[in-house]
Amino acid sequence: MVPISYYVVLSAIVFITGVMGVLIRRNIIIILLSIELMLNATNINFVAFSNHFHNVAGQVFVFFALTVAAAEVAVGLAIIIALYRSKSSINVDEFHLMKW
Amino acid sequence: MAQLFFFYLAGIIVLTSILVVALRNPVYSALSLLIMFFHVAGLYVMLHAEFVAAVQIIVYAGAILVLYLFVVMLLNVKREDRYHAQLPVGALLGVTILTEVVLLLLQRSDASVPAAAPVAAPPAAAIGNTEAIGEVLYSTYVFPFEVASLILLVAMIGAIVLAKRDLFDVNRNP
Repeated sequence: MVPISYYVVLSAIVFITGVMGVLIRRNIIIILLSIELMLNATNINFVAFSNHFHNVAGQVFVFFALTVAAAEVAVGLAIIIALYRSKSSINVDEFHLMKW
Repeated sequence: MAQLFFFYLAGIIVLTSILVVALRNPVYSALSLLIMFFHVAGLYVMLHAEFVAAVQIIVYAGAILVLYLFVVMLLNVKREDRYHAQLPVGALLGVTILTEVVLLLLQRSDASVPAAAPVAAPPAAAIGNTEAIGEVLYSTYVFPFEVASLILLVAMIGAIVLAKRDLFDVNRNP
């Protein structure tokens, strides 16, 4: 039997890795992958506590988080393609259209 | 035995998630994310969440990752050479939060705070995991379920509109 705190620590480490990826990478695709890492970290927490409290609602929330992740990926990758068409780059430093 | 499995899965998950962030080539990052998704699915099986594990493999590894790889290969980007200039800020933030996690874990092992008592298992759940999720999903959470379908519809229309090349200047190029 694995204690619940192990799952929480694992989820925290994966989440922090995702935050670091968003902060330090300049490739938009990698930034979206890091957001997926963060969503997976929350999902690990949901399922671990669902098992801990014997309540199936946590797994239902994982289902919803997965739906939102799929929607986010579809729209995000479409935005990346549109940006690549206009700038021929996916480096975040290149996008300063709204900077005056 | 369960601990051994957990440490194997957790080690691979942490390693591949660090590789996702650290590797320079986006294709390698996506592939290590794929390995991470499979091991997270293994973690879900350990936690008696078989339906979520199957959905994780089908949706994340089967659909989302394929979409990522498709876009990476469509754009044909060069590998980037250096990290963002705000790397010190990110490192400071990461080290700070990680220190807090370690401190909390050490404090937890003092047992000065009474551990949350695990809830007693319900008497012999006769129905399977998928059936239990279905019953909750279509009774208590039926409205969020419908909203999720709406989100998917909006995302589909939005992705088509955003990625279509000549949507707004059809008059110029008939």
